[in-house]
Amino acid sequence: MYEFATGPLVWVAFILFFGGCGWRLFRMFSMAKKDKVVYPYMSLKHGLLSIAHWIVPFGSTNMRMRPVFTIVTFAFHLCLLLSPIFLMAHNVLLRRAWGFSFWTLPPVLADVMTVVVILACAFFVARRVRAPEVKYVTSWSDYVLVALVATPFLTGFLAYHQWLSYRTVVTLHIWAGAIMLVAIPFTRLSHMLFFVFTRAYMGSECGAVRHAKDW
Amino acid sequence: MQDIKVADSKVAVEDGPPEIDWGTSEKLLADVGEIKERFPVVHEPVVSPDGERFAAPVKIDDGRFTMCVNGTVWDQTFEVLWYPRFSPDGRLTVLVRDDDEWTVAVEGRPWEEKFEYAWNTMFSKDGKVIAAQAKRDMKYRIVVDGDLWSHEFISIRDLAVSAAGDKVAAIVQSVPLKEADIFGFMEGTWTVAVNDKTWDRNFVNVYCPTISPDDRHVAVEVRLDICEYTIARDNLLWNEKFGCVWEPSFLPDNGAVIAPVRTEGSWTLARDGSPAWSGRYAQLWHQKISPNGKRIAAVVAPAFGKWTIAVDDSAWEKTYDDAVLEPVFSPDSQRIAAVVKDRNRWTIAVDGVPWTEEFDMVWDPVFSPDSSRVAAKIERNGRYSIAIDGKVWSRGFEALWNPLFSPDGSSLLVKAVEDGKYYRRIVPAYEIL
Amino acid sequence: MGFIQTVLSGKSERMPRKLGPEQMSPDRGLDDTIKRLTPERIESTIKRVMEKETAGRLRVYLDTCVHCGLCSNACHTYLSRDKDPEFSPVAKVKNTLWEMVKRKGKVDAEFIKNAARIAFTECGACRRCSMYCPFGIDIAYLILVVRRVCNLLGVVPAYLQDTTNSHAATSNQMWVQRDEWIDTLQWQEEDAQGVIAKARIPLEKEGADIMYSVIAPEPKILAQLINYMAQIMTIAGLDWTMPATDGWDNSNMAMYSGDFETMGRVERQHYETALRLKVKRIVMGECGHAFRGAVYDGPKWLTWKNPPIPMVHAVDFYYDLITSGRIKIVNKFKEPITVQDPCNIVRGLGLGQKLRYIMNALCEDFRDVSPRFEHNYCCMAGGGVINCGPPWKKSRMLSIKVKADQLAATGAKVIVTPCHNCHSGIEDIIKYYKLGMHTKFICEILVDAMEIPQHLKA
Repeated sequence: MYEFATGPLVWVAFILFFGGCGWRLFRMFSMAKKDKVVYPYMSLKHGLLSIAHWIVPFGSTNMRMRPVFTIVTFAFHLCLLLSPIFLMAHNVLLRRAWGFSFWTLPPVLADVMTVVVILACAFFVARRVRAPEVKYVTSWSDYVLVALVATPFLTGFLAYHQWLSYRTVVTLHIWAGAIMLVAIPFTRLSHMLFFVFTRAYMGSECGAVRHAKDW
Repeated sequence: MQDIKVADSKVAVEDGPPEIDWGTSEKLLADVGEIKERFPVVHEPVVSPDGERFAAPVKIDDGRFTMCVNGTVWDQTFEVLWYPRFSPDGRLTVLVRDDDEWTVAVEGRPWEEKFEYAWNTMFSKDGKVIAAQAKRDMKYRIVVDGDLWSHEFISIRDLAVSAAGDKVAAIVQSVPLKEADIFGFMEGTWTVAVNDKTWDRNFVNVYCPTISPDDRHVAVEVRLDICEYTIARDNLLWNEKFGCVWEPSFLPDNGAVIAPVRTEGSWTLARDGSPAWSGRYAQLWHQKISPNGKRIAAVVAPAFGKWTIAVDDSAWEKTYDDAVLEPVFSPDSQRIAAVVKDRNRWTIAVDGVPWTEEFDMVWDPVFSPDSSRVAAKIERNGRYSIAIDGKVWSRGFEALWNPLFSPDGSSLLVKAVEDGKYYRRIVPAYEIL
Repeated sequence: MGFIQTVLSGKSERMPRKLGPEQMSPDRGLDDTIKRLTPERIESTIKRVMEKETAGRLRVYLDTCVHCGLCSNACHTYLSRDKDPEFSPVAKVKNTLWEMVKRKGKVDAEFIKNAARIAFTECGACRRCSMYCPFGIDIAYLILVVRRVCNLLGVVPAYLQDTTNSHAATSNQMWVQRDEWIDTLQWQEEDAQGVIAKARIPLEKEGADIMYSVIAPEPKILAQLINYMAQIMTIAGLDWTMPATDGWDNSNMAMYSGDFETMGRVERQHYETALRLKVKRIVMGECGHAFRGAVYDGPKWLTWKNPPIPMVHAVDFYYDLITSGRIKIVNKFKEPITVQDPCNIVRGLGLGQKLRYIMNALCEDFRDVSPRFEHNYCCMAGGGVINCGPPWKKSRMLSIKVKADQLAATGAKVIVTPCHNCHSGIEDIIKYYKLGMHTKFICEILVDAMEIPQHLKA
């Protein structure tokens, strides 16, 4: 199991992840062409302006109205993206497999970032349960998605601290990571792919066509 | 100044349309500045097709209105007078109100029938027949040369008069509809009336009455359901239904009808219900048939926001972002010109190639009789002029009407106001070129 | 406990419940029309819209929404109805489009009726929520897709459908007959001449600089507004005209009922009238949705990226008249006054600054609203909601309490509404919430405030 997870599974996961992302983006571009206004309305300037306002914390009115959520969600997304890529353990594997590695995070910081992701997931779940407007539109799949994201971090945290059977936890961790990667293009986690495009389109339609701001 | 008396023009009318005088190079026919000083109110003027008469509604001292034709006023005056229009055979018509009753006055003589309201004067191609819409006792009627149709309708929208004037067709509401009766509306309340006879079925909507050039057939767009349209010819529907249709037109042979039709979100041209063109366009309208009946040109959008002309299903390569107006065929059917607009500037494109000069506004292109030249009225910096084959005449005018080529194509009839005076001139084409 | 229940139940959907009069009203356009629906027709119609009439945006929006609920605070119906989650933008999509997609069109007639209620009467398509969605999902567009489905099924609130029928039959939204239109213009010209001797409404003047177009309520019930514009045009010395044919009405409720074919036909007529009259621009009266229909939705359906003739909204036009000095202000409005930012010209055209310039130029005691500009609340009359008619008025009023609070907080006595829907909608709000204010169009204030040169006076 461990051998499979550290070998073929990783390959399969990466192939499905990159292949899936490529396919989803290809589909998006071709369907956008059918939607005859999308390309003619696109404006690089207004698209980028909109993206800039929404990737900077408190750059939009709605973010300023919800400071707690803004802080949590920015911390979550930042840690979610950075910690797996710059984790020392991952980079050791990377160097061993392909002979190169990235700069790595100090282990304590990586540990903290992992905890941030896990706590943020807990926050999202709590929000889904407690906030009526979120609960109303929440279905089981939303919890599954949070679990998909939280599990690799939870198992990674356990593996790093070697609190349970290391080999079992690491196997679980790799499986969880693989499942999350594969899920990205095929579930609503694909918002990771589409964010820049939906944002750029709304920014373009608002700025270039309607002469108004969308933040 | 040469005045043409009202009496003279009446004689001319009774003898048929006056021949165009191509021999006199210049006639000064009206002093516009003097007219504006003489009357407290002067409205927008019109000129006769042959350029011999310059006519404007004016208010006279007692507060009543009349027409001032080449500086001379009609004997008849009216409470209100508007919509002066010359018929193609040169008769001057206006809509007039007296004692709170409206009618059409032709050369100053009002029709005997009077109405609560009368409007939309229309002419046959030769100008012999004059039709108008009217309201009496809150019902809507059609009047042809002063005679009322016997049928009255709840409403009348579009009206068409055939080329020779033998047919008049109107879109009419024949069934009353209670306020907000959405079910009655979908059952159909609209139909077509042709020469005072109403078709025997109703439709949700009917649009754009079109009469064949030989005066024999009438075609309309009809709407059958929320999103179901087709074409009806002489009360018979095409078998095929479409998501939307636009104006029909008649081919010269057998009264076949072509119309733009929309299926699956794009447009093409259909003939009697079947595809006539194979190309799919984001938009297609204003199809025109060449004088020899063999070619069809239409305004098309090959892609979103890109406009051009397609001739026999083949689009011009160059497209325009703003608009392309209806195509005009040359008399020999070989050439096509159209008004085009890009980046808010207007010009003319001929056979796919735009003129290099651009204008603030440009009017419909006019071909010379031998099809070799294209002329158009243009506007630049508030002055009007004429351009031929893309070259702009150095002279400018305060007002100008569409030019007309002489039968041999060597000169143009130019009707213009210059320095406050209305002139009718015959200008050699080389002077403009 | 709630969490476990929610997770175990597998979904958070509420059981269908009986809706009270604050939400559902008898309406022949919904109650009687659904009786004609068959499951096959519903399914094929939904599939047609999902597969043939929509593409990239719909798919990507549906896949991108992470159900975060961050759009809620943008919505006046949600805020006005005590933050009832059912009224949040995403909930409206969930209860309509998500279900249609999830069930692949296999929904029943009652579902369609509910979807129509939500899409037509509980969302004004004001697009405020798309400014609050982190992904920029155009939620109003999704609601308009629902309306398109309902329209194709013939399930549209009766009064709104009747307005669309009027557009289809007469090219204007209030069944105005052609003679009534011309007669009204001639009558308004005479009235304008009572103030300004040389005032004119030049009809059918080919080659004029400007074609002025209005919405049908002007000739039908607010004809004096046309007379005011004749005065303004005359004093400004502009070369203008109005058509005596169809094509004079720039409004478009077919856009909101989902009848895009009629919407396109109306807009084609409008622009072809301007092209026939050879004008350089169209100036339109004070209306928001008409701007949206004439500049965005209508041309888009017809394949014009931009209108073939530039369209100038009245606010833009007045701004130019005042800043260029063509109109001089000599008699400012004195009472405390505030302004409504109409969605379709502020969120839809960015005219907020110019609107405030005009307010300050015309009024002595202008009191601004909060929130304002793009973030202003919709009046809940636009988007076709007020056109759904009396059956839905109570619901509309409950959905817009937040606007009443916002207006009351200004302390103004008069509200300027440069949009016909805002005008009527806010009048309703004033009466329902007893605000003791009243509404005015800009032109009503402008004709009183402007200088009439001595030689032009009647």
